[in-house]
Amino acid sequence: MSTLLEVSGVSVSFDGFKAINNLSFQIGKAELRAIIGPNGAGKTTFMDIVTGKTRPDEGRILWGGKNRSLLAMSEARIAREGIGRKFQKPTVFEDQTVRENLLMALKNDRGPLAVLFYRPSAADLQRVVDLAEEIGLQDHLARKSGELSHGQKQWLEIGMLLAQEPRLLLVDEPAAGMTPEEREHTTALLVEAARTRAVVVVEHDMEFVRRLDCRVTVLHEGSVLAEGSLDHVTANQKVIDVYLGR
Amino acid sequence: MLDAAKDPSSGHGYLDGLGAEPTTGRRGDAPKPLIVRNPSILVFLTALALFTLTVTVLSEAVGPGLISTSFVKTLGKTLCLCLVAIAMDLVWGYCGILSLGHFAFFGLGGYMIGMWLMYERTRDIVATAMAEAPIPPTDAEIVDAIGTQIFGVVGSSEFPLVWAFADSLAIQLALVVLVPGVLALVFGWLAFRSRVTGVYLSILTQAMTLALALYLFQNDSGLRGNNGLSGLQNLPGVAAPQSVVSLWFFWASAAALGLGYLLAAWLVSGKFGSVIRGIRDNEARVRFLGYSVEGYKLFIFAVTAMIAGIAGALYYPQAGIINPAEIAPIASIYLAVWVAIGGRGRLYGAVIGAAFVSLVSSWFTGGQAPDLPLGFYTVKWVDWWLIVLGLSFVLVTLFAPRGIGGLVDLWTERRAPDRHGADLGPDPGALREQEATE
Repeated sequence: MSTLLEVSGVSVSFDGFKAINNLSFQIGKAELRAIIGPNGAGKTTFMDIVTGKTRPDEGRILWGGKNRSLLAMSEARIAREGIGRKFQKPTVFEDQTVRENLLMALKNDRGPLAVLFYRPSAADLQRVVDLAEEIGLQDHLARKSGELSHGQKQWLEIGMLLAQEPRLLLVDEPAAGMTPEEREHTTALLVEAARTRAVVVVEHDMEFVRRLDCRVTVLHEGSVLAEGSLDHVTANQKVIDVYLGR
Repeated sequence: MLDAAKDPSSGHGYLDGLGAEPTTGRRGDAPKPLIVRNPSILVFLTALALFTLTVTVLSEAVGPGLISTSFVKTLGKTLCLCLVAIAMDLVWGYCGILSLGHFAFFGLGGYMIGMWLMYERTRDIVATAMAEAPIPPTDAEIVDAIGTQIFGVVGSSEFPLVWAFADSLAIQLALVVLVPGVLALVFGWLAFRSRVTGVYLSILTQAMTLALALYLFQNDSGLRGNNGLSGLQNLPGVAAPQSVVSLWFFWASAAALGLGYLLAAWLVSGKFGSVIRGIRDNEARVRFLGYSVEGYKLFIFAVTAMIAGIAGALYYPQAGIINPAEIAPIASIYLAVWVAIGGRGRLYGAVIGAAFVSLVSSWFTGGQAPDLPLGFYTVKWVDWWLIVLGLSFVLVTLFAPRGIGGLVDLWTERRAPDRHGADLGPDPGALREQEATE
């Protein structure tokens, strides 16, 4: 399997605290991966590093078939390269309609002038309708997204990620605060998305990870503790000690 | 720090022509033209045209003179203030950058046109005076005499470098937009790329404004120090009386305001407007969508600086004089107050705020307002007006964040929003629109 993202030997510390310690991680082109770990294991910092928000002190991050480094790129550039990120708290533009949110995310030229003269094409509008159907918001396109329920906002954000057509999707605790049915829908969305692209889900909730039915990476104190199927890692004594045993 | 006002105009977004088209996946109709989607533009332009017509008909130059020439100038200046308020609303109300420097751009625009006006007028005067001399003066003599006339007050007679193009109207007109634009680009590039935001950015813009004002106060700044430029109300080579000239500037100001309003409405109507409002509400999210936030901020900052420059270039010929005190930070703070009182995030709000507050201000501070005797104390409005203004700013911010423009919502919100049959509440079980109307 060819590698899409390769993180090797990355370390970062904040005021002497090593948030990420010699972390290495790889993910393939169409793969679903769950990252679990106790609080402070470095899950969110890992996402910050990949998306360019935090610069690592050392290490390499190589991207795509051509093995280009992500380290010198801005956040916006990395996003345009095809890495989408979903935050833990649903962050949609509450003052704008679902359709405006999706159109803003739709993969198109991002330059100010191109955006200024942009007119949505019929194909773009159709794509928005399709996306809205996929995330179950087809009846809500004309509504302000601030009026949506918590779960609907989460889906809208996932929809916006899909609209970006990323090659790698980083999703931070997508199921937090969702009802059981909403969780099921979210699982289906992520599994479907991972057919054609890489999806990394950071999650706290073991039950949700079990539903995803994918390879699991366990982080602890900023580095990889174990990797494999959920059954494999939960049987690991070290994992039980740091994660499950307390 | 003030929260960005909720944006009511997004209800007239560029996608309003489209229904919800629920499950069928039908393609949307082509979006309607800007003015149809956004009825407030038509209302505004009509009101502006009627106002211009009324003032013209009642002016001294054309009609019975019910509106004095000096009041025509006041109204023309007010239109320019409305235009710079629109620029402020774009940058603050829509993009979330609380700039305390836009009146500096306004003043720079005034200085640029003022240089040409003063140079040419002085040349007319000097040429007339010297024509009576027995030996006709050479060009060099005339230029020297102009220099002495203009810079005598600051103890110099040499033309500073910045006056190099003062004899060319075309170049000075270009500088009206270029100087504010380039200054905004350089300043914005430095500030935005360092990710300075919020209060810190406001302080930085204020520091820029203060530095510029202090620099211009110096006699060797080349712009006549605290004397500023004067006699700007006279158009060189034009014999028409002030009553006519004032009307010309009034028309030009009205046209500029109308065009500025259209431009601003167009800027915020489409996906561009969507992105800058996104930047206002959640900058990081926009960045992770792949938009270069800094580029957008820089664009809007520079464009609004240029609009402010044009407004200033029309304002100061009507005021007749410009000096560095006009650029002092307090002026930019007033600008923010006007926009806040009028209603941020809606263009007509900015216009209403600037017109209302600046006219009321000049009434109170002009000494026309009668004193208010309280028995134990007499309220002199000249002294107390600023306190009233400050208080109303605080009250509006706390209790009516939508400002005066928010009153329009009281009327439009009485109509039920068109939800295209969607649920009325956030939960799937909520009333459907159909049920609610039964």
